[in-house]
This record gives sequence, C-alpha cells and structure tokens, in this order.
Amino acid sequence: MKDPSAETHIVATRTYAVVWLALLALLAATLAVARLQLMARYSVLGSLLIATAKAGLVLAFFMHLKYEGRFLKGLLLLTLCALTLFIGLTFVDVWYR
Amino acid sequence: MAQMNETPEGASFYARTGRYRWAIVEWMMSTDHKRIGVMYLGALLSFFSVGVVLGFLIRLSLLSPGWLVDAQTYNEFFTLHGVIQIFLFIIPGIPVAFGNIFLPILIGAQDVAFPKINRLSWWLYVTGALIILLSLFAKGSPPDTGWTFYAPYSIRTPANISTAVLGVFVLGFSSILTGLNFVTTIHRMRAPGMSWFRMPAFPWTLYATGWVQMLATPVLAITLLFIVLGRFFGVGFFDPDKGGDPILYEHLFWMYSHPAVYIMVLPAMGIISEIVPVFSRRALFGYVAVCMSALGIAIVGYAVWGHHMFTSGMSDTARVIFSFITFLVAVPSGVKIFNWVATLYKGSISLDAPLLFACSFIFTFSVGGLTGLIIGSLAPNLHLHGTYFIVGHFHYVMFGGAGISILAGLHYWFPKITGRMYSERYARIGWLNFFVGFHILYFSMFVLGFQGMPRRYFDYPPQYHTGHVVSTMGSWFLALGLVIIFGNLLYSIFRGQKAPADPWGGKTLEWTIPSPPRSENFREIPVITRGAYPYDEEEVRKTP
Amino acid sequence: MSTQNGHIDAAGKKMGMWFFLFTEILFFGGMFLLYSIYRYKYAQDFHNAAAEENIVLGTVNTAILLTSSLCIALSISAIRRGERYFSSWLQLVTIVMGVAFLVIKYFEWMAKIDIGIYPDSPVLLKMAAGEIIFFGLYYVMTGLHGLHVLVGCVVIAFMMRFTMRQTIHRGNVARLENTGLYWHFVDIVWIYLYPLFYLIT
Repeated sequence: MKDPSAETHIVATRTYAVVWLALLALLAATLAVARLQLMARYSVLGSLLIATAKAGLVLAFFMHLKYEGRFLKGLLLLTLCALTLFIGLTFVDVWYR
Repeated sequence: MAQMNETPEGASFYARTGRYRWAIVEWMMSTDHKRIGVMYLGALLSFFSVGVVLGFLIRLSLLSPGWLVDAQTYNEFFTLHGVIQIFLFIIPGIPVAFGNIFLPILIGAQDVAFPKINRLSWWLYVTGALIILLSLFAKGSPPDTGWTFYAPYSIRTPANISTAVLGVFVLGFSSILTGLNFVTTIHRMRAPGMSWFRMPAFPWTLYATGWVQMLATPVLAITLLFIVLGRFFGVGFFDPDKGGDPILYEHLFWMYSHPAVYIMVLPAMGIISEIVPVFSRRALFGYVAVCMSALGIAIVGYAVWGHHMFTSGMSDTARVIFSFITFLVAVPSGVKIFNWVATLYKGSISLDAPLLFACSFIFTFSVGGLTGLIIGSLAPNLHLHGTYFIVGHFHYVMFGGAGISILAGLHYWFPKITGRMYSERYARIGWLNFFVGFHILYFSMFVLGFQGMPRRYFDYPPQYHTGHVVSTMGSWFLALGLVIIFGNLLYSIFRGQKAPADPWGGKTLEWTIPSPPRSENFREIPVITRGAYPYDEEEVRKTP
Repeated sequence: MSTQNGHIDAAGKKMGMWFFLFTEILFFGGMFLLYSIYRYKYAQDFHNAAAEENIVLGTVNTAILLTSSLCIALSISAIRRGERYFSSWLQLVTIVMGVAFLVIKYFEWMAKIDIGIYPDSPVLLKMAAGEIIFFGLYYVMTGLHGLHVLVGCVVIAFMMRFTMRQTIHRGNVARLENTGLYWHFVDIVWIYLYPLFYLIT
C-alpha cells in the first residue's frame, strides 16, 4: 500500500524557528489589532482570522500536516465540516427565532 | 462447557492460558478481541433482560394505573428502562459484541489495531455500567428525568442525576475508543488483497458507525459535563434564570443522540446484509450501493437532529430545513431495503431462524422508517409529538430494527461463537411468539398516539383503556418469545450438537476457520482474491 | 500495535492519535458552539465582561504555550537524529512551560475569585445575563483546557522516562510523536480561546 505518512520526515530546526517567530509576530499583530482598535468593526473577525492563521501554522509544521498525505487532510476537513454543520444548523434556529 | 475448549484443530479461544489463577481475571485481562466480544455479549444481554423486565413492569402497571407501582416509581422505571436499553444495550450493542468478535476475522486480521485500547474500552464500559447502577442504589432517589436528561429539570431535580450522567459519560468514552479502534483497524489491518470493495458489508457499516461514534459522542460528553457543572458549581448554561437557553441543551443533546440512532441501526443493517445473501445463496444485490448508502446515512444523519425538537420552540426556518433533511435520510435507507429484497428475489431461500429474523427486521424496520416520515413532516408532528406514536415509532426502529438484528446475528453466529447448534424448532417457535407479540405491543401504540395518549404518563382517561390492555397483552407474547429464544440458546450452549465450521454455507472468512475459533484467528493470513459473496448464481437458478 | 508481519505500525498509531484529536475537536467544539451562540445573543454583555480579563497574563500565557509547542517539536526532531539527552531536556522544558502556564492561570482565576466572580457567586448573579454566561464559559473552557495541559504535562513526564530508558529511540518515536500531536492540539485550542476571552473588548 502506498502510504506517504509512513516515511519519516525530519523538519529542520531552522524551519521550526522561523515558524515560531511567525507565531509570535502574529500574536503581537492580534494584540495590536485589538488594542489599537485598528479595525474596530471587524475586530472579532480579524482576531479570529489571525488565530486561524496561527492554528494553520501549528498544524502544518509542528503537527507535520504539510508532509502528510491527502487522506489525513481530507479527514481533518471532514471533522471540521461536521463541527461547522453543527454550529451552522444551530444558528439557523437562533438567528430566525 | 469443557468441550468448548477443544476444536478439531486444537485449543479454542475459550481454553485457559494458565497465565492467571482465576478464570475471571484471565478474561478481564485478555486482549483477545473474541474474548472481549463474548464478555460484552454476556453483559449486553444481561442488561437487556433487566431492561425488558422493567419495560414489562411498565406495561403491566399501565393495565390499571396505580395497582402495581406509584407515580414516582413509574417515572424512575421508565427512566431506567430507557437509560439501560439505550446506553447500556443498544448503542454499544452490535459494534462491541459482534463487531469485536467478527470484524478482525471478516477482514482477515489477527486482532484489532489497538488490542489494549480495546480492553480499556471494555473496562470503561463495565465502570460506566457500575456507576449507573450506583445511581439506583446510592442515597437519594434514582434518576427520574427520562433518558434524555432534559435541562433545566435535570439540573434542579434532587434525584441522583450526577451519578447517572457520569456513568453515561464514561460509557461514551468507551464508545469513542471502540469506534476509533475499528476505523483504524479497517484502514490498517485488512488482509492482503482485501480491497475496500472486497470487504463484506458488515465491516463497511462498522466503518461508518465508527465515524459517527468518533464525531458525535464527544458532543454528548461535553453536554453531560455541562449538567454536572450546573449541578455542582451552579454554571447555568441552560438555566433561564442565569441567562442560559434550555433549547440549546436539546440541540446539543440531539446532536449526539440522533446520530446515535445510526450507531444502533447501521451495524444492524450490516448484519442483515450478511445474513440475506447466505440464506438465499445469492451475491448481495447492489453491494456497492449498500456500502455507500451506509456512508450516506451516516453523513445525512448528522444534519437531522432538529426533528426531535419541532415543538420545543425552534425557529420556523430551522424546522423547515430539518424536516426537509429528515426526508433525505429515507433515501439511502430505502436503497438498502430494496437491495435486500432484490437479493432474496429468485434466490434459493432456506428459511432458517437467522433469515426469519432478518426478514422480520426488513418488515419491522420499514414500518419504523415510514412512521418516521410521518412524524418527520411538520404538520403531523405537531399532533403526534410527545404521544405514544413516538414511543411506537422508536421502538419499531430500535427494538424492531437494532434489537431484532441482534437476535438475527445471535442465531446466525451462534454456531461460530459457541461451537454448538441450537434447536431450529424452538428458535422458530420463539420467533413466532416474539414477532406476533412485538406487533401487538407496539402497533397499538401508534393507535393510542393518534388518539392523543401522551407518552411517559402514569395515568390516562378511560377512552385509552382498551388500547393499553391490548398493548400490554402483546408484551406478554413478546416476553414469552424472548424466554423461549434465550432458553433455547442457553440450553444449546451446554447440550447442543457440535457445529461444523460452516453450518450455513457462508462464504465470508469467519466460516473458513473452526467453530469456535482458535485464539489465533488464522494460522496463515488469507490472501483475498475475490469479492465477499461469491455465489454461483447460475447454479442457484437451475435448482428447482 | 503491530501489523500482520510483526513490525510496529507507526503510521497506524499516528492515525489513531489523529482520530482521537478529531474527537477532541468535537468535544471543544460543543463549547465553542455555546460560546458563539451566546456571543451572538449577548454581544454587548460579552464586550463588557471581557474588559475584566487580564490581557497581559493572557498574552504571556499564549507566548508560553507557543514556545512550549516549539520545544516538543524540536525534541521529536532531536530523537530522530539520535540526540537522546537533548531531546529529553527539551521535553523537560516543555513540562516546565506547561506548569508555568498553569501557575499563571491559577493566579488569574484567584484574582477573579477574590473579587467574587465565580459561578453562582452573589456578585456574579447580580450582573447582566450575558456576563453570567461569559464568566461561566470562561471558567469552564479555560478549566477544561487547563485540565488538558495538566494531562499533557503528566504524559510528557512519562515520555521523558521512556526516552531516558531508551524505550523511545530513533527507531521507535511513535509515542513521543503522538504526545507532540496532543500537545500541539492543546496549543491550538488556546490559540482560539485567547482572542475569544481576552481580545473582544
């Protein structure tokens, strides 16, 4: 069976360090957005987008998702779809109530 | 029993390994999937009997309210009946018992992917069950909320809700681990040549079930945790006094508990898909469609939970959407029904006990499914919600669907599990009593519900008396049937004739190994070169 | 777990771990669902209540967790290269950071409890409905997250032991990798909790 996840992949320390710096930079950015009211109306959306970017970095590099096969990525997407479905359908009730 | 230890080809998985002094310790410490499955089966059937007795008493007391038990005891009885039958019997049901025993064998593996985690699930199941039993006998009164634990009543009642909820939480954890284990097993452990579409239908349904277990059960866990936090720390997420919204509890609860219906029924459909081809000597008609519809049911089943809440005060938009998606679920279920019937069509049918049960499943489940469409549409639901119609409907689906298929599987795999044959004659007598009793008992609930009899009520006006008497009489036949069925099976464990490796002419892998199997399933891992149901159709047609 | 021919199936173990994380996503997902609905219902109350949060401590904690994630990731690379001592040292650093996170969390909680804000407290019950819910969610979500951090610390401690005893080594890192996956997941949960509780003022 062809299985891309079976190969071990050692990520270079340099890559990790860059990712870590990027994470801290994003942390500073989200703090700045919130404190300075840069996007007052969209601050929630903005900080959630930055959070998603951070989560994406952790997933892709720290959790090696970047080096995994399409299979695992698909299943993660499936899980997130299930969660979105749960939240979305509940909102259909709350919005129109 | 001693003879069960020996098969023509060496020691069976029942034989003592001698690693522990006490047999019970040896079994509890075992990681053999067959032993774990057999223990689960024993525990499940014991809880099932307790649940049946409770249900029997509920029906008996409804003959004339108050003559048997008082109202509070009645509330506790139906709560217990529900909690036991749902959380301890039917939800774990088929995957943990038949799935454990047969999934690895059916895909040609020696064990599941994580045998130790499998044992951990079994321990968690026992722990959860004990905690639930504790809630009955501990200080205070047993739970009286119904099995749904609706907030805010479940947060305020003085009964032992926290203990019961904790038990269900632990059971949920057990269920998650089982699902995780099975899905990984199916991905990683299939025998060489066992491609996805050479896999029998039962593993397919277990695969879909595993996903539902993994992606729905955690929601129940967190919901139940909220109840416990509400009771201990006064966190009021569902308490209107503290800004909470009780309807959100119902959302979260049914987000799990509706998919849970598919945890019960999908593997049931898998068992039926195994039995029907064997006893009609035909390949499973539309095999790919049957497998895919299992996934389809699992996926669509996620998005229909709202139909339990049509009268709870949801928005109209949400009700229309949920009602529509509910109708969609009927499509993949219908696909399966048609495929089973098409498999039987022009087959060389031998109407043995497993097929009798399988056919009753098809009939009963269809009634359950079609009444589901009635209450899934908005207007009739307003009239029928919270009546006996609902009670009738979900008993047709759960007992008539999942329950009957467990009986079917029990008869089908009994020779393989125990190495003995049961009496076909008594199996049929038992089936007849059961089948007749079942329909008298639950069909009259449809009538009662249409007339307006509310569920869970201790008392009723005189116009419902006839219906209740008829229904209760049905429960006597049903109970008699169950006594005959289980008496026959129990007797046969000890006195039945020795079973050959393949008593039914099955073609799947479990029939290629001795009955009962050795601890090591296969001496050599089989290499699969053909599909799961290789029946020679031409030959079948020629036989008169 | 081993496959049919006896060798350890590292990919299978990793798959099992990912599946477990999926269930965790849904577990926390239930809480995020409540959060989003109540935030929609009580936007202004949430806004007011979040002003009570200590943004400095929250930010420091975020930085700590992000760095601890880096450490555990580096420790896996190290063991893959066969650097046993460096790897277990990095694991120790991760544990220390996890504990530091919990200590800071403890002071945050105590500061709130001191001014009478905790579930069902008289002070809290006098506040607006949305604020009661906000602080309820705050305690429950950070509490359950903290519990996950605690479990993670204990598990990593075991991994250190295995690394030192060389049952985890270059050819068998699956356990450590899975622990890493878990730790990163806990980190991701916090990445979302941080803006939701500290930044929405």
